[in-house]
Amino acid sequence: MMPDAVELINVSKRFGEVIANDDISFTVRKNEFFSLLGPSGCGKTTTLRCIAGLEEPDSGIIKLHGEVVTNVPTHKRNVGLVFQDLALFPNMDVFGNIAFGLKMKKVPEKEIEKRVKTMLELVGLKGLEKRRIHQLSGGQRQRVALCRSLVPEPDVLLLDEPLGALDLKIRRRMTEELRRIQREVKKTFIYVTHDQTEAIVMSDRIAVMQAGKIKQIGESTEIYSHPKDPFIASFIGEAVNIIKGVCEKPGTFVGKKLDKPVKVEAKEGLVNIPAVLSIRPERIRVARKLRNLDNILDAKVSSVLFKGMYHEYEMETGDNLVIKVFVPYVGPGTTFQVDDSVQIGWNRRDAVIISSSE
Amino acid sequence: MKIFDKALKSYAFIILIVMYLPIIAMIAFSFNSAKSVGRFAGFSLRWYSQLLQNEDVWTAFYNSFTSAAVVTIISVVLALLMANALVRYKYRGGSLIDTFIYIPIVIPEITESLALLIMLYFIGMPRGFWSVVLGHATFGATFAAVVLRARIAGFRKSVEEAARTLGADEIQTFFRVTLPILMPGVIAAALLAFTLSFDDFIKTRFTTGPGFQTIPLIVYSSAARGGVSPELNALSTFSFGISILFSAVRLFTLRRGRYE
Repeated sequence: MMPDAVELINVSKRFGEVIANDDISFTVRKNEFFSLLGPSGCGKTTTLRCIAGLEEPDSGIIKLHGEVVTNVPTHKRNVGLVFQDLALFPNMDVFGNIAFGLKMKKVPEKEIEKRVKTMLELVGLKGLEKRRIHQLSGGQRQRVALCRSLVPEPDVLLLDEPLGALDLKIRRRMTEELRRIQREVKKTFIYVTHDQTEAIVMSDRIAVMQAGKIKQIGESTEIYSHPKDPFIASFIGEAVNIIKGVCEKPGTFVGKKLDKPVKVEAKEGLVNIPAVLSIRPERIRVARKLRNLDNILDAKVSSVLFKGMYHEYEMETGDNLVIKVFVPYVGPGTTFQVDDSVQIGWNRRDAVIISSSE
Repeated sequence: MKIFDKALKSYAFIILIVMYLPIIAMIAFSFNSAKSVGRFAGFSLRWYSQLLQNEDVWTAFYNSFTSAAVVTIISVVLALLMANALVRYKYRGGSLIDTFIYIPIVIPEITESLALLIMLYFIGMPRGFWSVVLGHATFGATFAAVVLRARIAGFRKSVEEAARTLGADEIQTFFRVTLPILMPGVIAAALLAFTLSFDDFIKTRFTTGPGFQTIPLIVYSSAARGGVSPELNALSTFSFGISILFSAVRLFTLRRGRYE
C-alpha cells in the first residue's frame, strides 16, 4: 500500500499562552486536494508551517510519505509553500524566481530553462521571463509564486491563503485554475483558507478547524450535508437553519419553537440530550399546499429577497421561528409575497440532528 | 499671503547662499591663476598640477583612502550583524542596546576621542593606521547600523522562509536572498561610513601616530602653518569633491533600491 502523503499524529504547538494547535491528527492521501478550513486565528497556518518545518511542534509526529520528518530542517523536506504574501524575491526577475528551487537542486542550466518555460506555459505566463516582480499584476504574481513552488517538484505543495490579496473576480477564476493545475501536475495540495466557498469548490476533502482543533474531516458534500456540530453547520455553506430542541425518542425531534414534533432520522445516541436540527435553505420546499412530505408546517412569508437564480424567503412558523428557504426561480407567477400563508416541508433525510452539548 | 510665501522662499534661498558662499569662493579660487587670494586673475589648473607633484599629498591621500576602506568594511559587517539582531529578535536588553547604538552620534567627538586616546595609552597600542581605523569604526559602525536598520525593518521574513522551502540552507538564503535585498542599504551604509572616515579630523588628530597623515590633517597643518594658499584651496576642493561624489552615489542607490 502506498503511504499517505502527509500524516500528522497528535501535533501540538503553543505560542506563549496561545494554543495554536491542540493535539491535531490527520492524514492527507497522495495526489489529494486537501483543505484546512477555519476562521482566522484557528491555527490552520501554524499547522501548515509545522508541515513545512518553519515551526517546530511542541509535541507530536509529522510524517511525509511514511517518513518521520519532525526534526528535518525545511530545506531538506522537499515541501513547497505558497505564502500568503507570496514572498517573491524582489531582487530577481520572473525567471530568477521560478528557477531558484532548481538552482538549489543543482539542476543543469539547460534543463532549468526548459522546465521554467513549461511551467510558465502551464499557468499562461509565456514570455514574461524577464519581467521584474513589481511590473506584474496581482494575478500574475500569484501565478509566479505558484510556479516557483511547483517547478522543483515538491512531494507536497502547501498553500497559505494565496488568493487573499486578489479581488473577488480574479479570486474565483484562480480557484478554478488552481484546481485544474493540481489535476494536471498530479501533486498533493494542502490548501489553507477561511473561505468556505473556495474550500468546497477545490477540495477532495476538507478539515474544518476551530480554536486549534480539528472539528471534522470529510469530503465537501459530506461536510456540507452532515456537519458534526452547529459551528460547522453555520460556518460551511451560504446559510443554514438551526432549530434548537431535543429528540424525545428516536426519530422524533421536538423543537423549542416548533408547533409540533418533526420526524427525523432515528439515531440512538441523540435521544434526550440538547440537540439542534440543521437544515439547508435549499432543502426546504414551499407551496400553498404541500403533500407527501415527512414534515409539513404552516408558515407565513415575512421577507422576500430576489437573488437572480433563486428567491431567498424568510418564513415565520411556530413561535416566531424564522426559517430561511431558497427557491429556484423558474419564471413569473411562481413567487410568493410577504404575508402570504404557505406551507413549508421537508423529508427526514433533508435534515441533520446534531448534538449541541459539548 | 502670497507676499509672505515669496518672502519665505527668498529667505531660504539667501540662507543657502550665505551657507555655501565660502565653499563656492574656495572652489573658485582653487582655479585662480594668481597666487594672491584676494584677486581672481583667470582660470588655471596650476594648483592642481602642483598638488599632483606633492608627495606628501599622495601619501596622505593613500592613507585616507586605505583607512577609510578598512573602516568601511569593519563598520558594515558590524552594522549588519547589529541591525539584524535588533530588528529580528526580541531579547532581554535589546531595547537598551538599541538606545546605546545611537549614543555615539550625540557624544561630543572630542570627548570620545580623548577617551579613546587614554585607552590607547592604557593598553599600549601603538598609534598609527590601526588606531585611526579603530577610532573611525566606532562612529562608522553606528551610522551604518542606523542606515541598515531602516532597511531591515521593511524586510519581510517570509522571503527568507520561501528560500528555505525551495531547498536553500541558511547560508545560501543569506547570500542569495537576504543580502541582495538589503544591498542598497548596505551600499548606502558603506558610502556613509567611508565619507565620514575620509573627512574626519578630530578623531584622526587624536589617534594618529607619527608619520601617519591624512588629507584633513595636512589641510589643517598647512593652514595653521602658512595661512590660506591656492594650493590648499585645491586640496580642500578635491576632498570636498570626493565627499559630494560619495553622498550623491549614496542617495542615488537609496532611491533606486526601493522595490515595489
